[in-house]
Amino acid sequence: MTADASHGEAPPEFVQLLTPEGERVQHPDYDIDLTPEEIRGLYRDLVLVRRVDLEAVALQRQGELGIWASLLGQEAAQIGSGRALTEADMAFPTYREHGVAWCRGVDPVNLLGLFRGVNHGGWDPAEHNFHLYTIVIGSQTLHAVGYAMGIQRDGADAATIVYFGDGATSQGDVNESFIWASVFNAPVVFFCQNNQWAISEPLEKQSRIPLYRRASGFGFPGVRVDGNDVFACLAVTRKALADARSGQGPMLIEAFTYRMGAHTTSDDPTRYRVAAELEAWKLKDPIERVRSYMFKNQIADQEFFDAIDAEADDLGRDVRKRCLALPDPEPLAIFDHVYAEPHRLMDEERAQFGAYLEGFEG
Amino acid sequence: MTILTLAKALNEGMRKAMEDDPKVLVMGEDVGKLGGVFRVTDGLQKDFGEQRVIDTPLAESGIIGTAIGLALRGYRPVCEIQFDGFVFPAADQIITQLAKMPLRSLGKLKLPVVVRIPCGGGIGAVEHHSESPEAYFTHTAGLRVVACSNPSDAYEMIQQAIRCDDPVVFFEPKRRYWEKAEVDIPTSSAGSAAWLPFDQGKVVRPGTDVTMLAYGPMVKTCLEAAKAAEDDGRSLEVVDLRSLNPLDVELVVESVRKTGRCVVVHEAAVFNGFGAELAARITEECFYNLEAPVLRVGGPSTPYPPSRLEDHYLPDLDRVLHAVDRVFAF
Ligand SMILES: Cc1ncc(C[n+]2csc(CCOP(=O)(O)OP(=O)(O)O)c2C)c(N)n1
Ligand SMILES: [Mg+2]
Repeated sequence: MTADASHGEAPPEFVQLLTPEGERVQHPDYDIDLTPEEIRGLYRDLVLVRRVDLEAVALQRQGELGIWASLLGQEAAQIGSGRALTEADMAFPTYREHGVAWCRGVDPVNLLGLFRGVNHGGWDPAEHNFHLYTIVIGSQTLHAVGYAMGIQRDGADAATIVYFGDGATSQGDVNESFIWASVFNAPVVFFCQNNQWAISEPLEKQSRIPLYRRASGFGFPGVRVDGNDVFACLAVTRKALADARSGQGPMLIEAFTYRMGAHTTSDDPTRYRVAAELEAWKLKDPIERVRSYMFKNQIADQEFFDAIDAEADDLGRDVRKRCLALPDPEPLAIFDHVYAEPHRLMDEERAQFGAYLEGFEG
Repeated sequence: MTILTLAKALNEGMRKAMEDDPKVLVMGEDVGKLGGVFRVTDGLQKDFGEQRVIDTPLAESGIIGTAIGLALRGYRPVCEIQFDGFVFPAADQIITQLAKMPLRSLGKLKLPVVVRIPCGGGIGAVEHHSESPEAYFTHTAGLRVVACSNPSDAYEMIQQAIRCDDPVVFFEPKRRYWEKAEVDIPTSSAGSAAWLPFDQGKVVRPGTDVTMLAYGPMVKTCLEAAKAAEDDGRSLEVVDLRSLNPLDVELVVESVRKTGRCVVVHEAAVFNGFGAELAARITEECFYNLEAPVLRVGGPSTPYPPSRLEDHYLPDLDRVLHAVDRVFAF
């Protein structure tokens, strides 16, 4: 028996509402009714987050960021799910959720700051209902479930969504989070972006069944969605969140997509995967299909697309400028925020280090 | 003599160990086709096959837990933890199982598992990629803990660690992976019999005035400090501890009795760091020879900072020399 993670070809059980060619198709369980305005909004999101990502890769190449984890190819999964959230919902990201961050109103420069090394996050998670990036694979899934248990106890009309990758599904924490969510019927949506790779390891190294089917063993529903179809991602996530909010418990969404770039800017994917795979996935580009759908259905004209491109370039320039202007933190900031309460050892070491640094002046 | 980077020396050492003993396995995330994110296992899967060089699922507890099982079945797994900060999901298996099972079996079970951990900072990385968690493991009885500092030791010590019947936590100074030096690759097994046992330290630069104790990445920093101090007429003796547990107390005591002064340097936080054990031990054994208290140079007692601040966090030449000044000022 082998996994059906056939690279390049998605198997049939798959929610799709917009084909790679830009044709609207129906699905018996999921549908979505979007106004032209909403569709234009989704298109704009997709283009802008790709542009920010492109700028970040360039900034890393120029030595301005230590590293960058590109979202290229995963825009639809992130924008579709991110736009399904209400203000009261809470999102727990990995390190690659720049598109979701965008939907939550986090300034992209904050993301760049983390990868530049000026801080470990910098945005206020409570202000955006968007938690800090989590780099330790899988840890955040448990936090999301705990948060959801809090929502449950508060009787609030909200749910949490937690993002993780295909590789992460092997971690103990992720499996424990499934158990907790199931046993406590927590209002949480597990959003797994199966981009087919965990650095150099293909999905077969993590699973021999499709990931969404894992859910049934834990006692909640799982569904696979075309992760490059923003309509389908939006529809499926919206429904899952609504179910969670109304007390129907957790759900696992597997967004079937592809990591078009390197794992991070430090990685060289030519060492472990073939170019043909990338070519096949290029034909399923998440942005192209929306564009051609919009063209065909006269939802937007050339003028609109040009205006979005111009806005994207402005955003790219602005993000670059503000990234370069990010000040390095003060050395003594090392001692800040380690504890919430005053702490003798911090005070002592801060004073010592301050005196040491002063010794170099004058 | 061959010139190798530290990463390549480890690679050659593992290759030799795999050739010598068919029971040696390499396992971890991305160690196979990719050859590891630092390429330390480069080419091993190609040459030894997927049965012996295993790309594991992404789960550190699983890596160590299954390595224990493989060891129980007679294999000698060499596990790679991708970065220092990711050893913690495996901490339970390492501390409650790997370290204690031999004792619980009254010596009937042996667990020759090597846990390789690239450690330390200085590469401009994001969170959890620059840590120095050695004290957690030196505090755990049942584990041997070693750290290599240069290509030659890397080549020899990894083979000694693999041959050892105890579990070994093997720290590799990641920012020194690309540094090159001559490595003596013996042509017969008699050659390796002459190697310094991997639980012993080494004086890497003799001196008379201060003993500098270091391991892993800080050995080089101390050697640079010794060179700089020479201009001030100070003679620093640099000891590369190599093994933290067991500690080569004899070597340390001999050096400090001679110099009468000691500075310990590590990247890890000073508070409750490995230097605390050294300072206490030296105070007990060398009290009447000491001209000054043992001083420690290390990181602040804070989490590792964002990379733009890491030059302030990491002990550098200035901070080491500052401590040397202080140890003379008593
Ligand atoms: C606990 C832990 N182990 C290892 C790593 C190193 N690492 C970073 S990303 C990654 C692969 C993650 O793959 P996946 O979950 O599929 O997410 P993707 O990067 O593809 O979005 C690994 C092994 C880590 N960050 N945390
Ligand atoms: Mg992945």
